[in-house]
Amino acid sequence: MTDHSKDLERVFSRRAFIPFVTCGDPDIETTERMVRAMAEAGADLIELGIPFSDPIAEGPVIQGADVRALSSGVTTDDIFDMAERVRADLDVPMLVMTYINPVFVYGSERFMDRCRRAGICAIIVPDMPYEQKQDLQPYCTEYGIRLISMIAPTSEDRISMIASEAEGFLYIVSSMGVTGVRTSFSSNLEDMVSAVRRSTDIPCAVGFGISTPEQARHMTDFADGAIVGSAIVRIVAEHGRDSVPYVADYVRRMREELDRE
Amino acid sequence: MAGDGGRYGEYGGQYVPETLMNAVIELDEAYHRYIRDPEFLRELDDLNHRYTGRPSMLYYADRMTRDLEGAKVYLKREDLNHTGAHKINNVIGQCLLAKRMGKTRVIAETGAGQHGVATATLAAYLGLECEVFMGEHDVERQALNVYRMELLGAKVHPVSSGTGVLKDAVNETLREWTNRVSDTHYVIGTVMGPAPFPEMVCEFQSVIGREVRKQIMEAEGRLPDCLVACVGGGSNAIGLFHEFIGDEGVRMVGCEAGGKGVDTERHAATMTKGSTGIFHGMKSLFCQNEYGQIAPVYSISAGLDYPGIGPEHAYLKAMDRAEYVAVTDDQAVDAFEYLSRTEGIIPAIESAHAIAYARELAPTMSKDDIIVVNLSGRGDKDVAAIARYRGRDIHD
Repeated sequence: MTDHSKDLERVFSRRAFIPFVTCGDPDIETTERMVRAMAEAGADLIELGIPFSDPIAEGPVIQGADVRALSSGVTTDDIFDMAERVRADLDVPMLVMTYINPVFVYGSERFMDRCRRAGICAIIVPDMPYEQKQDLQPYCTEYGIRLISMIAPTSEDRISMIASEAEGFLYIVSSMGVTGVRTSFSSNLEDMVSAVRRSTDIPCAVGFGISTPEQARHMTDFADGAIVGSAIVRIVAEHGRDSVPYVADYVRRMREELDRE
Repeated sequence: MAGDGGRYGEYGGQYVPETLMNAVIELDEAYHRYIRDPEFLRELDDLNHRYTGRPSMLYYADRMTRDLEGAKVYLKREDLNHTGAHKINNVIGQCLLAKRMGKTRVIAETGAGQHGVATATLAAYLGLECEVFMGEHDVERQALNVYRMELLGAKVHPVSSGTGVLKDAVNETLREWTNRVSDTHYVIGTVMGPAPFPEMVCEFQSVIGREVRKQIMEAEGRLPDCLVACVGGGSNAIGLFHEFIGDEGVRMVGCEAGGKGVDTERHAATMTKGSTGIFHGMKSLFCQNEYGQIAPVYSISAGLDYPGIGPEHAYLKAMDRAEYVAVTDDQAVDAFEYLSRTEGIIPAIESAHAIAYARELAPTMSKDDIIVVNLSGRGDKDVAAIARYRGRDIHD
């Protein structure tokens, strides 16, 4: 078995573009084609969303995707199987994003073991804050899965505590509220990243609300990567099974803007 | 009392997005400071008395007792509180706390509408801005309470996401809290959510049990043999039980929503059918599938229609200190009508679940035994729905 725990080290060697996809929306076959297409179009790291019935950190766009995915009957096992197929012949780093309950009920150790076997290098759990991370950290460490920490606009005095123990990269939440396309971001975003840099030298990726190549470019002027979720999920919502070329084109345009001299 | 990190054994905890962490920490500190502050406690007691009408009566249900030919049945009359249910006990505490913390806006979820009405009421009284999130299905079945909240100056947001009931209203209120947290307090309506909510709501509701202890000692000179209360999230039950946890001879029974039957897909029987999970800020028991997807639940009662339960209840069950039984829609509606006819008291359909179990239990006990049932709310809000259940087309 290949060791993927070092996958994240190469992600941030350039301005990183990190697309998110809700797995199983509209079905797992479409997701698999999309992940392959995103990798070929220049995604540096792909965030695989495991849908949850009650995604409290998501806005209406990703909530809708979760509903469609779960109605398609997709399960956590189907998603791991898909990731494993992709990883067998494509060298693209992948992480999973899901809520604590699907991990806990699957069995935290079994979940991390399955991540490792599927070639997944990290996990993001938005409803598991720093204080509860010991629920997962021992299993993540044992199976070589990076547990990604989040920093929010309200984190303030918590930043150094979180950042100094963080691994992989830090997920900088761009704004208050839930996921969804935005036109403006928290005014102290650059200060947040500076505060993080004082405690750690691991990379920072900004997420929540980014949709345009210009926004992604701007974020990577001071951070190391841009995460895009809702803007992609919106394309999938519109085009369904035919969305792969549209998403690939979107990722290419992002890549071009980030690579521009 | 909750242990470190708001734990009850393995249950409880604080599972919220990072955006909310400083808010729950600030709340935790404020709660533990003010709950020992004599001035705060004096204001709380004063409002409980002057505004709610506490202490609520412990009423000896003479006709029900004679009819059942078993244990003596007492009803704790939370239905006589201002706004018609136990919900206001918690809301007074939380809104006074929100004021002390300098918050100017409160948000709340509501199922049947009782918690929403109580929150809107205190917001009006204390001059706080108020927004209530309510599943669209509940907006329909509790139309009168929606208008009541609006009359009190609150803005009601129907929630169409998910299954459009209480669980979805909690999701949406949590989302709104992450959106605007600095001036806003989330008044959670039951003993659920991240710490310190389960402990704090328990404390504000425990006025029920403390009064019962005093009242039953005055009336009978001894403690009751059994306490019975309905459980959705579990706040009225904890409010009654908590005071008696150390009294080993006092049995405690929580009655959850069995809906169409626990062997059907249409119930909200978390204790009977649920398993351990982590959701809505806490580790507890939930109705869910093998992949941790929360199950859609159902009950005739909008207030019990919740797929989880407060962590202290999960702990009391694990410790075998409290028992939990499922009561079906049919049994609850029968009890709703029974108490109306027998005692001239129309109970909330939620509380009717507890009455239903007491009807079964009392005849199995001796005439010297004592049962205290928490009559957590009054049934005015349910009359039209029960009429429809019986085939009479009456609308609010």
